[in-house]
Formats: sequence, C-alpha cells, structure tokens
Amino acid sequence: MTTVAELPAGFADKVLSAQSTFRSVMDAMARPGTVQRITAVAGTPAAMMRGTAAFALTLFDHDTPIWLDERMSETSEVTKWLKFHTSAPVIADSAVSSFALIGHPRELASLDRFAFGSNEYPDRSTTLILQVESLTQGPAIGLRGPGIDGQAILQAMIQPPDLFERLEVNVSLFPRGIDVVLVHDDAIVAIPRTTRLVPRGG
Amino acid sequence: MNAPTYNFAYLDEQTKRMIRRAILKAIAIPGYQVPFASREMPMPYGWGTGGVQVTAAILGPEDVLKVIDQGSDDTTNAISIRKFFGKTAGVATTTATSDATVIQTRHRIPEAALHGGQILVYQVPIPEPLRFLEPRETETRRMHALGEYGLMHVKLYEDIARFGHIATAYAYPVKVNARYVMDPSPTPKFDNPKMDNCPALQLFGAGREKRIYAIPPHTNVVSLDFEDHPFTRYRFDAPCALCGADDSYLDEIVTDDKGSRMFVCSDTDYCESRQLAGHRGSESAAPHKERAHG
Repeated sequence: MTTVAELPAGFADKVLSAQSTFRSVMDAMARPGTVQRITAVAGTPAAMMRGTAAFALTLFDHDTPIWLDERMSETSEVTKWLKFHTSAPVIADSAVSSFALIGHPRELASLDRFAFGSNEYPDRSTTLILQVESLTQGPAIGLRGPGIDGQAILQAMIQPPDLFERLEVNVSLFPRGIDVVLVHDDAIVAIPRTTRLVPRGG
Repeated sequence: MNAPTYNFAYLDEQTKRMIRRAILKAIAIPGYQVPFASREMPMPYGWGTGGVQVTAAILGPEDVLKVIDQGSDDTTNAISIRKFFGKTAGVATTTATSDATVIQTRHRIPEAALHGGQILVYQVPIPEPLRFLEPRETETRRMHALGEYGLMHVKLYEDIARFGHIATAYAYPVKVNARYVMDPSPTPKFDNPKMDNCPALQLFGAGREKRIYAIPPHTNVVSLDFEDHPFTRYRFDAPCALCGADDSYLDEIVTDDKGSRMFVCSDTDYCESRQLAGHRGSESAAPHKERAHG
C-alpha cells in the first residue's frame, strides 16, 4: 500500500504556482496553437508529464470528476495522487467527466464517449488533456478561429493522427463540443472547440 | 497580535479554481455566459463584484493593475478596487493604459489601443442581453441555444419606428464570432468597434447574476444593425475642452446653473497624456487659452 509519504509532492507554493499555471493555460486557450510553458514545479506521478500534473493541481477539485485512460490507470499511483492532492473523484463513466487525462493518445477512444455539453449548457463538456510526443517539432498544422490573428502554425507530433478530423465534430455541434489541451513535458497548447484546421494549401 | 491576513488576491483557492474553470469555458465558447458560483465580496453588488472576482482569479504578483470607472482612474469605485488589490495581492497599480497588464473597467474601453499582453476585465450588471425582452431565464437560455435572436432585432426595429434611428446608446448588443448575441456591459456604443478583432483578451464578470463570459483576442464582434440603418458610433460634436481631442468619447460637464457646459474626455489617462504631450483645449490654463481648438 502506498502511503502519503511515498506519493510525489504537489506544488511547493500552492497559491502562486496555481496562478502562474492558470495564466499559461488561459493564454493557451485564448491563443490556440501557441505554445505556452508551465513554470511551476511539482512532483509528478510516473504516467504524467509535468504540464499535466500542474494542470491537475491548478484546476481539479471535488467538483470535477476525472476520467483516466488505460495508461493513466495502469497503476493506482495517478488515482491516489489526484485524490490526495486535489480530492477530485476519479470515475469510470467518461460521459460525465469534467476532464479526461489521456496518457496514451494513440488509443484515444471515440469522442462520443465524452460529454459535449447541451445546447443550453455547452460548458458542461469534457476537456481532454492529451499527452503528445512533441509540440515544437513535427508536421506543420495551420489553425484558424477566435484567438488567432489570421493563421497560427503549430508544429507538433500529435497522436492520434486523425485528431483534427475527429474534432471536426465541433463544427457541426457548436456550441456543444470538446476542448482539447495538448501537453508535452512543460509545454501546453490548447485547441478549443472554435479552432479550425486550415486546409493544406489553403 | 497577528495582523489579519488574506489569501493572495483575497479569494480562497477553491473559489479561484471554480472561477478559473469558468473562464476557460468562457474563452472556448465566445459570448456564451458561463454560470459560476459567485461569492460575496467585501463590497456591495453593483460595485463590480463580478469584475473583482475575475480579476482576483487571474491576477499574479507580476501583474500591473489599472482600474477605471466610466473611463476615470480617479473615482471612488476605481480607487477602492485598486487599493483592494494593492492590499490583498500586493500588485503594482498604474493609471497608464499602456503600462497595465490587467485593466478592470466599469462601462468604458480605454481610448489607447490595447495590445496582446493585456487583459480587459469588465464589470457587468446584467449579462443577459435579452433579459428586458424576455424575463424568464429558461426562455432566454433556449433562445441562445437555438441562436434565436429575432426579438433583439425587433427591439432595434422598434427604436427606428419610434425615433427614426437605433436609439440604443449603451449596452448595444453585439454578435460574437457569428454565434452568440452578447451584452458588452453598459459601455457607450462608441466603444463597440474596439471590441472587434481586439488583440487583448476580454473577460466579463457579473457578480450578482453569477455569469462569466469572454471574447478571445482577434475575434469577430459585430454590432447588430440593419442594412438600411447601419450601426453608427455616437460622440458629442466637440473637441475635448482640456486636451482638444476630437476622436475620444466625451463626458458632458455642467459648469453652472445658466446652461454652461463643457465636454472633456471620459478617459482621464488619455486626456492627461495628451495634455502632457502639449495638446491644449479651450478650457486649458494659460498661455494656450486663446487656442480654441487645440
């Protein structure tokens, strides 16, 4: 049995670390496609990247049911760490989760599994946190939408390879939809539901 | 004796997390009003409790805060809120628009163009643009869900039928990212064009009504109008009496009981920096007094 002493630590300075992390996340969400850095340092369970851990410590609490993919729930470490530091309930039903942590995005389940919100309350949707291979190198992806002046170019190695095709569901469902936060190490990029892929050569 | 201390920026961490999550959703769905569990603040509703909670949730020690009330840095409300955050967060404050990273505002958008590193936080009394047309929350929510805004156009049309022009002068409804009709808070419609494609992030907090909404940077914001009655800005036809500006929004100030009045910039920082740069108006002190139009 894991004791509290064996769990990775949370933020050293809870208040200011959460604040700086939130500002990075907010900037990422307000400027889709731009790479923001998480500077706050926290202990990290083995399955989690630094950015994911900081995001969890900043935004999860007893009001936010969390869904974990297989990679995240391989051992009970992530669940215990989340429960101890954030008191967030880890649940099995992804359709009612506020956030879903995806450690192995190649195996990302169909987006239908998650909450899209309702037309009356589109905010009651699941935010996906995907840990990806790189957010600085890889094929260029052109993005447009609110928060982007013209076009943003994201260079990234993203799994699943058809992520943006799957996110096209956001076009027809809007204002319902799924917001995605991509994490690699301390880098994060947000793809809110309003962001659209610029067709190649377009 | 221990002096009473507050958490950084007054709010407790659980409240900040809840507000922060609401802000992220608000940015992801531009113009949609996200419900949030608004807290009691140490000031009455109507004094900017929504804006204060949003500011408290985003503010960090490196931020420089500016607070304006109807464009002025010097009113009771603006000074109180500036002092509140000076005391509870220890942040630097300023009156210069260009130096600020976070600007909390009541009913104005600064004249100086905002830049990408800035966040504009609006204090909102009534966030629901359809509220005076349809009092039931269940109905207005459904109207937003369906994108059914005919009622708003009827209201603007009735203005035209009655007055010959769209007489709505403030809280002029806008459509954000071609989807949600949004109340820009009671800013004069003069300020509406500044919201469109603005490089700064705009956040709106309504404390009593418990709603947060947002306009991300570089987002399309259109003031509702008709082809034959296009949206127009309105400003008093006069230069500022202190700085001579002919492009700023003006306040009318009654100067005696015989009908005399003067027009001055509503944005005090804009006016003062113009005066510092040597611009003069008709009421400026000598030696430039003789120059009527700066």
